[in-house]
Order: sequence, then structure tokens, then C-alpha cells
Amino acid sequence: MQKNRKTDPVHPEFIEASHNPSTNSGRTVTPLLALNNISQQYGSTTVVDGLSLTLERGRIGCLLGPSGCGKTTVLRCIAGFEEISGGEIMLNDAVVSSTQLHLPPEQRRIGMVFQDYALFPHLTAEQNIGFGLHKLSRSERQRRQDELLELIGLSDARKLYPHQLSGGQQQRIALARALAPRPQLLLLDEPFSNLDVELRERLCHEVRNIIKREGTTALMVTHDQHEAFAVADDIAIMHHGHIQQWDSAYNLYHRPANRFVADFIGKGVFLPGVVLENNTVETELGILEGELHTPCNLGCVVDLLLRPDDIVHDDDSRLTAMVVDKAFQGADILYTLQLKSGMKILSLVPSHHNHAIGQHIGIALITDHLIAFNPELGE
Amino acid sequence: MPATNNAAPIVPHHTAPSSGAGRRSVFQRLGPWRLVALLITLLMLVPLLVIFSSLFNPEPEIWNHLVENVLADIALNTLWLILGVAVGTLVIGVSLAWFTAVCHFPGRRFFAWALLLPLAVPAYVTAFVAVGLLDFTGPLQTWWRTEIGPAHFPEIRSRGGVIAVMILAFYPYVYLIARNAFHTQGQRALEAAQSLGLNRWGGFWRVSLPMARPWIVGGVMLVVMECLADFGTVAVFNYDTFTSGIYKAWYSLFSLPAASQLASLLVIVVFIILLIEQQARAKMSYTQIGRGAAQQQPIKLHGWRGWAVTLFAALVLLIAFIVPVIQLLLWTAESGLVDLDSRYFGFLWHSLLLATLAAMAVGMTALMLAYAGRRHRDAPTRALIRIATMGYALPGPVLAVGIFIPIAWLDNLIIDTARQWFSMEIGQLLQGTLITMLLALIIRFQAVGFSSIDGHMQRITTSVDDAARSMGCSGLSLLRRIHLPILSGGILTGMMLVFVDVMKEMPITLMTRPFGWDTLAVRIFELTSEGEWQRAALPAIAIVIAGLLPTLLLTRHAEK
Repeated sequence: MQKNRKTDPVHPEFIEASHNPSTNSGRTVTPLLALNNISQQYGSTTVVDGLSLTLERGRIGCLLGPSGCGKTTVLRCIAGFEEISGGEIMLNDAVVSSTQLHLPPEQRRIGMVFQDYALFPHLTAEQNIGFGLHKLSRSERQRRQDELLELIGLSDARKLYPHQLSGGQQQRIALARALAPRPQLLLLDEPFSNLDVELRERLCHEVRNIIKREGTTALMVTHDQHEAFAVADDIAIMHHGHIQQWDSAYNLYHRPANRFVADFIGKGVFLPGVVLENNTVETELGILEGELHTPCNLGCVVDLLLRPDDIVHDDDSRLTAMVVDKAFQGADILYTLQLKSGMKILSLVPSHHNHAIGQHIGIALITDHLIAFNPELGE
Repeated sequence: MPATNNAAPIVPHHTAPSSGAGRRSVFQRLGPWRLVALLITLLMLVPLLVIFSSLFNPEPEIWNHLVENVLADIALNTLWLILGVAVGTLVIGVSLAWFTAVCHFPGRRFFAWALLLPLAVPAYVTAFVAVGLLDFTGPLQTWWRTEIGPAHFPEIRSRGGVIAVMILAFYPYVYLIARNAFHTQGQRALEAAQSLGLNRWGGFWRVSLPMARPWIVGGVMLVVMECLADFGTVAVFNYDTFTSGIYKAWYSLFSLPAASQLASLLVIVVFIILLIEQQARAKMSYTQIGRGAAQQQPIKLHGWRGWAVTLFAALVLLIAFIVPVIQLLLWTAESGLVDLDSRYFGFLWHSLLLATLAAMAVGMTALMLAYAGRRHRDAPTRALIRIATMGYALPGPVLAVGIFIPIAWLDNLIIDTARQWFSMEIGQLLQGTLITMLLALIIRFQAVGFSSIDGHMQRITTSVDDAARSMGCSGLSLLRRIHLPILSGGILTGMMLVFVDVMKEMPITLMTRPFGWDTLAVRIFELTSEGEWQRAALPAIAIVIAGLLPTLLLTRHAEK
């Protein structure tokens, strides 16, 4: 089943566990959305290559990956704007896309929020929201419009045209417009990329709340992990048209399935070490103990992932390292420390511990689990 | 789960569902939109090819006649005309643009839009008013002779006179474009210059002006093209240029070959100008610093400096617009009303009918071109559209000759065929019909309609279409609920601009109209060629009123 997966063979059990978050909770309901081994090619370039994923009803999923990894293509295939060249897409237990069948987008009941919002310039905010409700009676339409305007907090802007609205307002109108016809599934294509950073943070929470209050199942695409963490329940890391890991934000950070995920999510360094026995690895920083998910034997050489929060400042520690760089981040300072071997590690320290560059400071490691990768497979 | 589908067959699969068998006809591969674009392009190319073919088949007799008698005069006249008008519009247009865009002087807000008003008065109207007013027998000189005594006035019907009139009529092109440039180039660049030690005045010469150069060059080249295309003004002044040469060769010498020889030479000159204009246009996008002008801090011109600018702007506006319009009204009141009879309403009707038909034809073809460009975003389609909208560069007389020759050939072919094969005697089918005239007008004004419609088409991004489809709106309902409402403004504006341009148009109408089918512009030509300035005022008023429509639309944008 995972034949096409390009995952690190060091610890396959993560993939099993993380493949479908819905199975983690033990429930076995049919998922709302299922992508079964879908592929997409433009001419000879393969953009999506045998990708599978399932999204349960009521959850917010996210495809996270660097630009050009094919995530927007996946979204457009689900919406029906593009036909797939392999596999099948199931929506609510019915096939909507396969190599033989292609249900046009207008019949899928899938709402979409576009990167540029794509608001209709000739319609007011209210008319934009009401656009997909033309089959309802006038009073029903009005009620739904009012309800959504209320929900997004823009009742005062109902008569304004898109060019009179700010970026954040346009974004919320686009969201309301997509939600109005009560779609089975809501798709969001880089919905925050046109907003400035402060607004982005605030809107992330707002958008999540709005979607949750409507009870809609949603799938978002973004290249920004902070957006993904703030909005989504389940996150899929995409790279080269594959899903590298499909998991919760916590697991992506603390239990990355492979080097790419470990590199892509958060900061960290890889510290070489040798496996001594079960759950023990010898490194420059001493013998580390922790739950070790690696099938490799005694004496096997591994790279251990060390996050900045795994290394804490401790004046009493015998273990010291030299400060070579520091970045003040408000509550914390991110120190770059150099070990005796010349190896550099990162440490997140509360910011009242202010040390100068060149100073040696004591450090300690807190690791309850160890993440190890085969060094040969490093890039 | 996906195990059954693991080895998905790799089928080259594109979004277009029509991609089927490899053998498709040319028409299928082109698609309906590109086919239409191709037809419009061909319509544009036929007159051009006809004109050029005469360049490669010179008839020695005609050539000799042209070279010996007219060519030197025409070439020299044209050269002086474009040089004089280019320099004049450059100085007046750029200075006024700078003052109204960046400086503060009394009346700035008013002049910012009012200086566009001369666009409403066709050059040939300004011309006959100027001649009527300033001629030896005109009111000014007569008054001077009786009240003050004999004096030497410069002759208005001279090279200087034509150049002056055309500068007054065409400076708004440079003014509008340069002002736009000064506005969009933003404050940042000027502020950067100031931080590097330049004062505002130095900043103008070393930063603002060089940055606006592509726009200014583009504007001046548009003016030069207008000069080359002008027929009515030079006719009033009896100043022989290529356009009047073509007309005379055709209508006085009855030599169509001579006319097309001259036209081919004119086309070469036009192409050189067009090349410069297109290059300037390509540079425009690169020269923009920062997005959207920050709130400009205007340069305050204190005391006499400010009032001097006000006087300058007022003088230009007075001579270029107020005096001609008042004079037209006076003449109409004095003697023009005699002509307000059924004949006049005939001219008016013809003008309105022709303008409406042309506006509808251009509106339709331009809409199809815009859709072709939207559906096929590839280089060949872009090239087709570029050629199809190039007619604005072709002077009216050139188009008239270029359309008439193939139409006459087609007519003769039909007549011969009818005689030989069906022994029928039929008359000319196409010559001297509205169709000939309309074809030429569609080519000439295609760009006017297209740019307006395409500007609105750009607002319908592909994601707007996708958004509508995801909400269950596709096909005809997409057209009705999204495309038409967004495009209608552009279509109406485009058609209105074409309407007004056709009302003003003189040479094409004059040279290809059905016999006796006179419009207002043709009537003005007839009256002015007999020196009946006063009687020409009545038809001119109607044209000026029509011309005010798009001008006011432009001024609404300029006020911002």
C-alpha cells in the first residue's frame, strides 16, 4: 500500500500510525473525501504522483509544502477544475474524478476560496455572498446572507463593492461566499498569502472559528507552517508530488517521519551518534536515553534530530558550549552554540539569560524520545 | 485502499476534453475564436498588401510624374509639419502636465481637466475657425485696418499656421499621457533624488523627466501619427501632404495607381513612427518605481510664478478651445441657421447612422478578439490581435485606397462572371455601398474599441470563472451573470469612442461614401473648400457636441 511512498525506511511504524489521523481516534466512519492514488501530469512533467489521503467529516485538513510541490494542483483536481490522469477521487462515497469519469465542478458542491479571492467586481459584498444561492427564495437568500455577514462580522460592509474593501475584508467575504451554499467540502488555496503578517495571524484564528461554527469539512493549501498549525486539525506535508507525512501538528514537529519533514517543520540540527543498546545513543553530548524508534542494531550510526527546545540552559551542567550567534525573539533568545568538535547546535533560552557571543554556557538535554535517521540518506 | 489502482495507466490527459484523434482539420485546431481573430487580421492585411504591391510594381510614367511634380513638396511639407507639431506638443503638453500634476498654482484643479477639452474639437474645425478669424478678410484684420490702420499680419494660411493649429488640437495627447506618467511614477523616486542632494527643479530634469520619457515619446509619436493621418486640416490650409496628395491623385488626376503609390510611401513613414511608438510602449512597464503614487507633496509656486503658470494654461485653453467654440456659436447664430433645413438633417442622419453601424461592428469584432485573446494565451494569438488592431496607425486616405482597389476588383470579377456564365448584366454590388466604408472604418477604429473592452476583460481572471463554476454557475448563465455585467461598461465605452471618432472622421467617409451620401464631416469639407467658413459652423457644432462626450469621460479620470 505504501509502495509509492518516498518515506525514510528507518522507522516505518510512524507512517502506519500517522497515515490516517482518523484511525487514531479509533472511529471507522466513511471519510468525506478520499484521494486514492491520484496522479496528474502536464505533458511529460508529473506534478502529482500516486497521492492518497482521506479527510474525515468536520475536520480541517491542510496540504503544506514548499511552492511547486503540487499542492494547488491537488486542490484544483478535487474541485474539478482539472481532470486527473490516474487514480480516483471520492467525495461522500461517490466517485467524482477518475480516468473514466469527471464530474464538472458546478455539480460537486465544493466551495472554494481562491488565492486572489476572485470576488466578482460588479457585485456588492452581499451580492457576492448571495451569488451561489440563486436557487433559494428571496427571503431565504436574504436570511443566509445576513447570517454569514454576521458570522464574519461585516454586516456594515454589505453594500460595499470589492474594490472598497480592505484585503482582510475581501478575504472574509470570499470565505462567506464559498460557505453560503453549504458545500460538502470547502477548499482554501493559500487564503492568507495576500495579507500582511499581523492580519494573517488574527484571520487564521477567525477563519478556523468560522469554518468550525459552520461545521464544514475543509482542506487548505499553504506553504506557511504557522498558518497550517493555526488553522488545521490534520496536516499533510507534501514534497515532489508526494505526501511525506499526514499527521497532527504536534507529531509533525516531534515525530517527523523523515528528514524532509524534520527540516521543513521548525528548526533543528542533526547530531551524529552510535546506537549502544535499545533506547540509548552515544553522542558528543554524552549518552542520550529515550524512546528510540529505529530498527537498527547495536553499533549502527544514526543522525539524531535535536530541536532548539530539546537543549536547555543549565548553569550547573558540566556540559558547555560556546555562543557563536544569538537572535533575540522577545520572550526567548535563540542561541547558536558551538561544541568542541565544531558541530553547531541550537538552543532556545528564556531571554533573561543574556549571554555574550564568545561566552561558554552550560547546557543540558531533555529528550523523552529520540528521532533518528540514517545518515546515508541525508541530502 | 489504493492497491487496485496502483498501476494507473499513464494517459496524456489535458484539461480540454476535445483532445482526441491526431487528425483534426485546420479549423478545429484553430478554434472559433482564433478563426475570428484571423479573419479580422486578414481584413486588416488586405489593404496593406494592396498598397504595398503597388510599391513593388512601380509604373515608370506615374513615378516620373510624382517625382517631378509633387513628391519633393509633399515630403518637405510633411517633414516640417511633423517636426513642428512634435516639438510644439512636446513643449506645451509636457510643461502643462508637469505643472498640473506636481505643482501648485491658482486654478490648478480646474485646468487639470479643462486642458483636455480641446480633444472635443477636431483639428479641421479649429483650422477653419482660425482661417476664418485671422484671414485678410476675417474680422480681426478688418477691424485692425479700419480702427488702427494698415499693418502686416503674418499669413495664417502658411506652414506656421498649420503647425500652430495642429499643436493646439493635438497637445492634449501628450498632456494626458505625460500627466499620467508623472502621477504614476510616484513620489519615491523624487524623494530618493532629494535625499541625494537634488532640489525639486533638479529632480524634474534628472529624475522625473527621464523616467517619463517612454510615455512622452509614446504620446508624441501618437501626435505624429495623427499629423500623418490628418486630411481635413491640411485641406483647409491648402497645404499639400501625403494625405491630400493621395486624395488629389485619385479625385483630380483620376489616377488610382498614383494614389496608391503615394499611399505606400506614407505607410513606410507611418511604420517607422509606429515602431518607435511600440518600443516606447514596451519600456513603460519597466520604468515604474513603487506601486501607486504616495500622496504627492505639490511644489508650491509662490507669487508671480504661480500666476504666470495660470496665465499660460488659461491662454492655451482660450486659444485651443474657448475661442473656437464661441466663434462657432457666433457664426451659427449669425448665418448658419439658414442651413438648418431638411438637408442638414439628412447629413446629421447619415453621420449618426454611419457612426452607429461602425460602433456596433467594431464592438462585436473587438469583443470576439478579446475572447480570442482570453481563450488562447499563446504567442500566435497575441500576434494576430496585435496586427488586427494596428489600423489606428493607417491614415484614412491610405485605407480608402487600400479597400477600394480590392472591392473594385471583386466587383468586376462578379460582373464578369455573371456576364460570362449566366449572361446577366448586373451593376456594381459593393463599390459605393456602405459596406466598403464600414470595412475601412472597422479597420481604422478597431484598436479604440478593443482596448476598452480588453481592459474590462482583464478583470475577469480565470479564478473568477472558477469561483462562479464552483457555485454551480456555468455556460450561458456564466455569460449572463458574470461576463456581460463586467464587460458591458467596456463595450459601451468602446462603442461610444468609436461612435464619436466616426462622427469626426473625414477622409475615409469622403473617399468611399456612396455617391451623394454626405455626412456632417463631408459637408464641412465641401463648405470649407469653398471658403464658406461661417456656414461650416453649423455642422461643426454637432460634431463638437458629440466629441464632448468621451472628453468629459476622460476628464473625470483626470480630476483624481
